[in-house]
Amino acid sequence: MSLTSRAKTAKRRRLWAVFAGLSGLGVAAALILTAFSDNLVFFHSPSDIIAGKVAPERRFRLGGLVEAGSVQRQSDGTTMLFRITDTAHSVTVTFKGVLPDLFREGQGVVTEGMLNRQGLFIAREVLAKHDENYMPKEVAEALKASGQWKSGQGNPGTSPAPK
Amino acid sequence: MHRFANPARFQRIARRILPFFAGATVLFIGFGLYYALLGSPADYQQGETVRIMYVHVPAAWMSLFVYASMALSSAVALIWRHPLADLATRAAALPGAAFTALCLATGSLWGQPMWGTWWVWDARLTSVLVLLFLYLGYIALVDAFDDPERGAKAGSILALVGAVNLPIIKFSVDWWNTLHQPASVLKLGGPSIDGTMLRPLLLMALGFTCFFVTLLLLRLETALLDRKIRAVEERVS
Amino acid sequence: MGGYAVFIWASYGLAAVTLGGLAALTLWQRRRARRTWAAVNPRRESAP
Repeated sequence: MSLTSRAKTAKRRRLWAVFAGLSGLGVAAALILTAFSDNLVFFHSPSDIIAGKVAPERRFRLGGLVEAGSVQRQSDGTTMLFRITDTAHSVTVTFKGVLPDLFREGQGVVTEGMLNRQGLFIAREVLAKHDENYMPKEVAEALKASGQWKSGQGNPGTSPAPK
Repeated sequence: MHRFANPARFQRIARRILPFFAGATVLFIGFGLYYALLGSPADYQQGETVRIMYVHVPAAWMSLFVYASMALSSAVALIWRHPLADLATRAAALPGAAFTALCLATGSLWGQPMWGTWWVWDARLTSVLVLLFLYLGYIALVDAFDDPERGAKAGSILALVGAVNLPIIKFSVDWWNTLHQPASVLKLGGPSIDGTMLRPLLLMALGFTCFFVTLLLLRLETALLDRKIRAVEERVS
Repeated sequence: MGGYAVFIWASYGLAAVTLGGLAALTLWQRRRARRTWAAVNPRRESAP
């Protein structure tokens, strides 16, 4: 009696083990595949759009630098208009909502939304991207003053970070 | 290899080095915290929020380092049947999962103020989430077996298969467009991080590493005791 | 610290809870194993 029940629980445990292992791998594989399918390229650059790599009227992410001097607030007070550039091409973006604190001209951003037929990108979400350089303010200012500053280094849309 | 396999010998060595690592943990984390919170400047772009890095990045490094150690000891266990290797893999799993969870949580707390979002499904964040599932899957798998040897064997295979994910995590930010920024410290051409900020980062990373070694020694000692207890109980019954 | 102090403190708090909890659990498990060992094997000293 106790022997058979013991064998049963052992069998159930083995089943459980196989199930746990397989589901772990399954979740991992599914997540990787989801990421592979359309998120591995987390965002497209303005050059991708000019090259026609992105279909209109479809949601995607557009990344690049906020073009200097392009940020305007529309008359309604909440809609922002700015241009995203990868230094080769640029796309005009409109966004209604709260911008992240790091959003500023020359800063890397990733926006999500879609192109309308006029080629205007209507963003539903704007995320700020920061680069891999960390330094105190004084050092940044000293670099800028001495002309050693590389603008936009490591930001999206530009050439890969200097290695 | 088997020279170090003798549990009694291991325990003699462990006893001797444990106080050293425990002391180093307190020392490194103590100084690390001072420089992380007081003795380092704010970032030119991120301001004070950069201080989250001194917890987030060491946790991320540990999540990779611990998994790499587990994959290595799994290979040792499978190939050479080293009697301590299975126990070491198992002892490292929970600390590894904790470091990974800490990395994801602090990353989220850093992403919300700086990026404007708690989470995105970019290649870096997704591959680290997969790493957490690998740790949890390993723990569940090993615990589900009645026979510890078979459980350890299945776990070793899972740990080895999962090691594919490590280079994906490390290079995801170079291979694909991600919201996460590229590496700042471990890259060609030297770190792009100011020395005043690198100091707390490295101190905390050393502290986390010593903490992990301390935990591993304690957990291995416990595992050896548990194995002896099981042996006695089997003889009695 | 701007408006973000709460994020910084939450990160350090979370780290303290996670690592502290891990250390406490590890020490508790070792203590339990030592006690059990002393109970099943009273002939020897408590330490193996």
